[in-house]
Amino acid sequence: MTEIRASSAALMQTRAAKGPRDPWSVLRWTLLAMGAIVMVMPIVYMLSASIKYPFEMYDLNIIPKEPTFENYTYVLSDGRFLRWFGNSFLIATLTTLSAVFFDALVGYALCKFTFRGRTFVFIAILSTLMIPTEMLVIPWYLMSKSFGWLDTYWGIMFPGIMTAFGTFLMKQFFETVPDDFLEAARIDGLNEFQIWWSVALPLVTPALSALAIFIFLGNWTAFLWPLIVTNSAELYTLPVGLTTFSVEQAVEWELIMTGAALATIPTLIVFLVFQRYIIRGVAMAGLKG
Amino acid sequence: MKRYRNLSIRQKQVVWAWGFLALPILFYVVIRFYPTFNAIVLSFQSWNLLGPREWVGLENYVKLWHDPVFWKVFRNTFVYLILGTPISLVLSFVIAYQLDKTRLLHGTLRALYFLPFLTSTVAMAWVWRWFYQPVPIGLFNNFLASLGFAQVNFLNSTSNALPSILIPAIWAGLGFQIIIFMAGLRAIPTSYYEAARIDGVSGWTILWEITLPLLKPTIVFLVVFSSIGFLRIFDQVFNMTTNNPGGPLDSTKPLVLMIYQTAFSSFDMGYAAAQTVVLFAILLTVSLVQLRILREKP
Repeated sequence: MTEIRASSAALMQTRAAKGPRDPWSVLRWTLLAMGAIVMVMPIVYMLSASIKYPFEMYDLNIIPKEPTFENYTYVLSDGRFLRWFGNSFLIATLTTLSAVFFDALVGYALCKFTFRGRTFVFIAILSTLMIPTEMLVIPWYLMSKSFGWLDTYWGIMFPGIMTAFGTFLMKQFFETVPDDFLEAARIDGLNEFQIWWSVALPLVTPALSALAIFIFLGNWTAFLWPLIVTNSAELYTLPVGLTTFSVEQAVEWELIMTGAALATIPTLIVFLVFQRYIIRGVAMAGLKG
Repeated sequence: MKRYRNLSIRQKQVVWAWGFLALPILFYVVIRFYPTFNAIVLSFQSWNLLGPREWVGLENYVKLWHDPVFWKVFRNTFVYLILGTPISLVLSFVIAYQLDKTRLLHGTLRALYFLPFLTSTVAMAWVWRWFYQPVPIGLFNNFLASLGFAQVNFLNSTSNALPSILIPAIWAGLGFQIIIFMAGLRAIPTSYYEAARIDGVSGWTILWEITLPLLKPTIVFLVVFSSIGFLRIFDQVFNMTTNNPGGPLDSTKPLVLMIYQTAFSSFDMGYAAAQTVVLFAILLTVSLVQLRILREKP
């Protein structure tokens, strides 16, 4: 655990200069920079197309001769995109809050309490990691149908309100919280929920935020289940709405690119602001395996 | 309340533990275990959502075995895996290994490589779909035309469509793998490298004898993680072939898309459930075999 911490922290620093200057370093850097540019090209062209008029839409230039926001005004005009955007945001936020809360709660209970059946519960939860979502969507659909959850926010959210991955991750991180702290709080007369909430949780905030990033991103881009469970356009999430919108537009690629840009820009902004935390969080969450 | 107060600290903790776990246990039973069981049961039944559920024994599995579309889909799914996993792992390792040695604008380069991982798959599927269009629309073909090369038929050809869909899938996952590889590389103590350098070991030998063996846990994790991802590919294929999902002529159709169509276009729930059980078996086998092979001592 500490190794993971150390290495994900080390990721943030560049290796100190060592030894004689590598003659290959210029070539290496040039190739790496070219690769990086190729990597972001699709995003750049998408953004560029979204501010182009149809007449220069298919030219290879990135900076438009006549930039325009007309595509955005057109796409946003009927309010559907704002609605989908709001749906996705609401669903991803609520699901993330719920999953982080419950995963931390379960992870803590499985880590810090001793009781009969603990290992069994842990293995049972962990084993659900092996079950692919695709196997569950049909039963979930049938279940939603009989409970009237089809085409509701709850219907979109319920499969994700707790995650086995997060439970496992949080259990790992609670191992780093010394039992003495909890014992001291117990002597101070806090009950177990208060100890979890006000003593243990603040000590694992980096893990909580890493988990939150992962879960939010997963829900923000989720496609298969929202596609199955929603019927009416008012309930679509952004990815499902974008698919419908793009199929509708068919050949008006500048509008499709504008829709795609609208789905991408928010994450780009969040990434630019929290870059370091996000990369560290991903490394931390990924390395647990 | 009085009885609770009389309990020992240990006993109180047991009460709290089950209190913490009550709702989650209900969730895992109702939303994970019961549906898994239900999918398996359904795979032995025939049901079109309207009529009664009828037991048909192994009929769905027999039908699947004799379904030529299934074998095509099965092959496609494994092509996504067999091309996708090695290509993305080799690329991401090479980039991470080299990026680890650069200092100039290190953070910026890393961020640029990572960026595609944060994009929405659906949005990017449409971007790439646009790139792949024929002239005068698609960027790739316009670029080829401007250089005087012949046109390439990307998405409407039975041989090119699958690799064309695979490329964005590899592209989107690369950033994550690079970050994980770099964290793995940083975890290797520098003293190993210093000792090797003092002994005059060459760069290649260091790579093969020190770096790669020590990265084994990271490699195992990424191989399994990315294989599962490629075996479950759906979003890209669905969005890049909306006018004929999985086409042309089923040449790009992966198993998840077949499941989706069987369940939600044909409403053949039992048959679709049998396909999900097969998917589950494939995922389980591939993960276990990979763990077995990769964990073996050399």
